[in-house]
Amino acid sequence: MIELKDVSYGYGGSDLLSGVSLSLQPGSFHFLTGPSGSGKTTFLRLCYLDLMATAGRVELFGQPARKMTRDDIAHARRRIGVVHQDCQFLDHLPVSQNVALPLEVAGRPENPADLEELLAWVGLAERADALPPELSGGERQRAALARAVIMSPDVVLADEPTGNVDWEMSLRLLSLLVELNRMGKAILIATHDLNLIRAAKKQVSARVLRIRDRQLQLAGADL
Amino acid sequence: MRGAGLLAAVLYPRADRVVPPSGHTARLTIFTAAAMAFLAVFALALSLATGRLAERWASELARTATVRVSAPQGQVETQLRAALEVLRTTPGVASARVLDEAEERALLEPWFGPDLPLDTLPIPKLIEVIEGEPGIDAEGLRLRLRAEAPGAVLDDHTRWRQPLVKAADRLRMLGLVAIVLIAGATAAMITLAANSALAANGQVIRVLRLVGARDSYIARAFVRQFTLRAFAGALAGTVLGVAAIAFLPDAETAGNFLTGLGFRGAEWLWPLAIAPLAAVVAFVATRVAAFRVLRSLT
Ligand SMILES: Nc1ncnc2c1ncn2[C@@H]1O[C@H](COP(=O)(O)OP(=O)(O)O)[C@@H](O)[C@H]1O
Ligand SMILES: [Mg+2]
Repeated sequence: MIELKDVSYGYGGSDLLSGVSLSLQPGSFHFLTGPSGSGKTTFLRLCYLDLMATAGRVELFGQPARKMTRDDIAHARRRIGVVHQDCQFLDHLPVSQNVALPLEVAGRPENPADLEELLAWVGLAERADALPPELSGGERQRAALARAVIMSPDVVLADEPTGNVDWEMSLRLLSLLVELNRMGKAILIATHDLNLIRAAKKQVSARVLRIRDRQLQLAGADL
Repeated sequence: MRGAGLLAAVLYPRADRVVPPSGHTARLTIFTAAAMAFLAVFALALSLATGRLAERWASELARTATVRVSAPQGQVETQLRAALEVLRTTPGVASARVLDEAEERALLEPWFGPDLPLDTLPIPKLIEVIEGEPGIDAEGLRLRLRAEAPGAVLDDHTRWRQPLVKAADRLRMLGLVAIVLIAGATAAMITLAANSALAANGQVIRVLRLVGARDSYIARAFVRQFTLRAFAGALAGTVLGVAAIAFLPDAETAGNFLTGLGFRGAEWLWPLAIAPLAAVVAFVATRVAAFRVLRSLT
C-alpha cells in the first residue's frame, strides 16, 4: 500500500536518509526506532507525501507519487491515518470537531454516537468540547490518535504517539492500534519507547525497523 | 460550473467554520464593499440619467428648428409670408407654423416678466419648423431664405445642442467606466484581503491538507466568507446609496441638469444588481487568490 524504493531525502544539505526502501503490506505491524534526529519524522512525512523524495520511488496504493495530482494526494491521505508528532489541530475548534475533521473535509456524514464512542475509547469523552490549547500533552496525543483512525484508514502512521502519556494510557493506545491491525490495517509506529515495542510484541508479530547511518535496517531480535 | 460553485460556496454551511473568523479582515471587507456599492449606485444613476438626457436631446434636435424673422415694421408680414413659402417648398419640412403672440409671450416671460409690451417692441416673429424624414438640408435652406426673405434666419438648434448630446453620451460612458473601475477596485481589494487571510491561516491550511482536504474544499471555506461579506456590505452600501438618491431635492426645484440624476420607473431595479455583482466579484477574486496560494504550497 505504501511503497518506498531507494528513497533519499535531505533538507537542503546532505542526505538525511539515503537509499531507503520499505513496503507496507495490509495487516503488517512495524515499529520505527532510531535516536532523536535520525529522521523518523522525516521518513513518515515521506510516506504521506508531506515531503517529496529527492531520489527513488514512492508509491501510494499503486500510484507513483510523482504522477499524483494535488487531489490524488488528498484522496490518498484519507486512507492514511497520521498521528503527527506535533498533533496539528485547528485551535479554534473543539476537540470533537477536530477529531471529526477528516470526515468533514471528505464530505462524509459523521455519526455522533461513533464519535462519542471513539472519544471515550481514548479517554476524552469529558474533553469533547475543550479547545486543543486547553489539552495536556497526553490528551493532545490521544485526540490525534482518535482523528487518525476516524476514517477507518488502510494505514496508520503514528509519530511518537505515546511520547507524553503515562504507561497505562500507552498500553491503551497500543491496544487500539493492535485492534485496528487485526482488522487488516497496516500500522507503522515511530517510537523510541522500547517497553512499548516489547509490550506490542506480546500481542502481534511486529517488525522493528531502525534508522542508522541514513539507512533503514531491520532490527535484530534483541528487543 | 462556476454558478454551481458559487451556490455551493454560499449554501455549504460548514466549510467556513474550519477557517477561524477574523473580525478585522471581515470588517474591512464589509466596509469596502459597502463603500464601493454606494459609489456604484451614483455611477449607475449618472449613467442612466445622462443616457436619458442624450436621448431626449438627440430626438428633440432632430425634430425641430426655428426660423426667426426680424424686419422693419411693415415689412414683417411680407417677409414672414415669403419665409413660409420657402419652407413650404423645402423638402424635409413636415410643417411650419408661426408662433402666435401668446406663445411668444410665454417664451419671453422667464426673461422679461409678464408685462412685456409685445406689440410696441420690435420682437422678431418665430416660425416653428417640424422636420420630417429625412431632415432638412440646413445650409440649402439658409441660402434660399437669404435670397427670398433676408430678414429670416434659420436657427436649427443643432449647432449648440450637438456638443451637449456628445457630452451627455460621454458622461454616460464615464458612468459605465466608473462602474467597471469600481468592480475592478473591489476585486483588487478582495484579492488583497483574501491573500492576507490565506497567509494568516497558513497553519489551518496545512492541517486541512494533512487530513485529506482537497484544494477546492479549502478554497470554498475562504470563498464563502468573502462572498458573504462582500454581498452583505454591498447590500448595505446600495441601500444607503439608493436612499441618498431617493432623497435628492425634487426635479422641479433643482437646476436643469441635476434634475435628471436619479432613477425613473423600472430603473430603480438596476441597483438590485449591485450586491449580487459584488458577490460574484468577491467569489471569483477569492477563488483565484485561494487556488494560486494553495498551488504554491506542498
Ligand atoms: N523542516 C526541516 N528543515 C530542516 N531540517 C530539518 C527539518 N525537519 C527536520 N530537520 C532535521 O532533520 C533531522 C531529522 O529530523 P526528524 O526527522 O524530525 O528526526 P526524528 O523524528 O527521528 O527525531 C534533524 O536533524 C532535524 O533537525
Ligand atoms: Mg520525530
